[in-house]
Amino acid sequence: MRDTPTGRFLAEFAENRVAAFAAVVVVAILLLAIFAPLFAPQDPYDLASLTLRDARRPPGWVGSTGIHHLLGTDSQGRDLLSAILYGLRISLEMGLAAGALAFVIGALLGTGAAYAGGRIEALVMRIVDLQLSFPAILLAFVLAALLGQGRGPLITALVAAQYAYFARTAHGAAASERQKDYVEAALSVPLAAPRVVLRHILPNCLPPLIVVATVQIAAAVSLEATLSFLGVGLPPTEPSLGMLISNGFQYLLSGRYWISIYPGVALIILIVAINLVGDQLRDQLNPRLKR
Amino acid sequence: MTGYVLGRLAQAAVVMLVMSALVFLGVYAIGNPIDVLISPDATQDIRAAAIAAYGLDKPLWEQYFTFLGRILSGDLGRSFVYGMPVSELLLGRLPATLELTLTAIVGATIVGVPLGIYAGWRPHTTFSKLLMGFSILGFSVPTFWIGLVLIFVFAVELGWLPAGGRGATLHLFGADWSFLTVDGLKHMFLPALNLSLFKFAMMIRLARSGTRETMGTDTVKFARAAGLSEWTVLSRHVLRLISIPIVTVFGLELGATLAFAVVTETIFSWPGLGKLVIESITALDRPVMVAYLVIVSFVFIGINLAVDLSYAALDPRLRKGGGR
Repeated sequence: MRDTPTGRFLAEFAENRVAAFAAVVVVAILLLAIFAPLFAPQDPYDLASLTLRDARRPPGWVGSTGIHHLLGTDSQGRDLLSAILYGLRISLEMGLAAGALAFVIGALLGTGAAYAGGRIEALVMRIVDLQLSFPAILLAFVLAALLGQGRGPLITALVAAQYAYFARTAHGAAASERQKDYVEAALSVPLAAPRVVLRHILPNCLPPLIVVATVQIAAAVSLEATLSFLGVGLPPTEPSLGMLISNGFQYLLSGRYWISIYPGVALIILIVAINLVGDQLRDQLNPRLKR
Repeated sequence: MTGYVLGRLAQAAVVMLVMSALVFLGVYAIGNPIDVLISPDATQDIRAAAIAAYGLDKPLWEQYFTFLGRILSGDLGRSFVYGMPVSELLLGRLPATLELTLTAIVGATIVGVPLGIYAGWRPHTTFSKLLMGFSILGFSVPTFWIGLVLIFVFAVELGWLPAGGRGATLHLFGADWSFLTVDGLKHMFLPALNLSLFKFAMMIRLARSGTRETMGTDTVKFARAAGLSEWTVLSRHVLRLISIPIVTVFGLELGATLAFAVVTETIFSWPGLGKLVIESITALDRPVMVAYLVIVSFVFIGINLAVDLSYAALDPRLRKGGGR
């Protein structure tokens, strides 16, 4: 296995203990989120199973229905661990959906602009640069506020705020690929331009794009949480981690820390782990840093 | 050079126009403010009178041009909710945001740059590694959650600092300032710390990478060969060489901090612009939203323009013809 490129790549990745551990954490969180119904002690959306007698109980409380609330309960008597697992699901869905969409749009726009050259390239990249000079949070916040609550508007806001990072990276990589002989060769066969862009230029731009993708997925999860916290993200019926933190905010001042703090800890573990994986990928995929 | 400056100015003007139109259109699409302003059981006459009073019956483009014309004459309309001119409302909230963001960013720079220089000067010490680990955390952890933790630890559990509000203020130059009173400073500490952490992490990284690059250059080698102490090398030469990117980022971050202030002000109930805009979004207070968004966009475009122009002044290739 060590002799295949993938095997060598994985072996090199595993050399960095911290990154390897972070990768394991990311996979574990993904599994926890996907199979949340199996791991969660309670279905947090099943209102019939909730009782206000168990509301705002501290971690370790054994509820009236016999459930051991490891991380305590929220204001409606919901088991916090279950709420976090289901919340992770929503947060990850949003982050991955926004990241994937921004990836596709940004990559196509960047490579397309690099291939087209001339005025189109100048115009597209000028818009991208202009957008990059605005902080993503401001753009996402404005859009989310304008479009209202919901999944569609939220993903639109996140994608609009993030596609530019992919476009800039894809353009940088594609512009240097465009000069290479194999592109000229493919074009002189002749192969159609879209085919050359998609099948020949784009695959060679993937390494830096993958690095950007990891960082941007983490950023999307964080942005989503921030927007939901501010009340312009998802509606209360879809409690992502940001919404859970926001719900617990009012109880924080009376010392009931767990409702806000534990969803935040879950959020941070996820974001930091993704970023650590991204850091290692960047080191490995950047040819200038190769030993 | 003059052509370049004029080109950039024209470009900025076009972008401002486009931004204002986008914001105006977007805000218009966000529900009908009249539902919020008038109770549902008001008579038809009262409704019609209110709609006419706020100009909501006119076609969209007409509302936009009236709005544009008023902006140019410095009139931003009246807030639906507060019933006072938006410009007065925004100006009243501006000092709070200004002192908060400036404290945060200046504090982050003053503390972050020396630490970053140290981390670049001695990259392999435990302290430097801790600093870099901390800066990764500062980048990763969402601002709002740090704010909650700060409130919980320092306001709820330890009870050292207040959890929100501005505290006592002092009236000076026609505005109220918190940083002039001890109580105000106490109130400002946590939100400013919260707002500064991201910049702090960035300043550390920037100063560190700059210092690491500079340490290998001839400048430092010759300075050392001339027998200068490490302190003199760092404070007199390295600091100067790494200051250009730091000053640039400082300027750009001024605008970004304004955006992040929305989050911090909401958590700490700091009565600044950010809190105002969140409130106006929930209350569908259109004139306030539009004015805030347009002004923030303008500030950004202005900052970018200033950065571009200062580069033009610094870069000899662009300065040609207009130089000394």
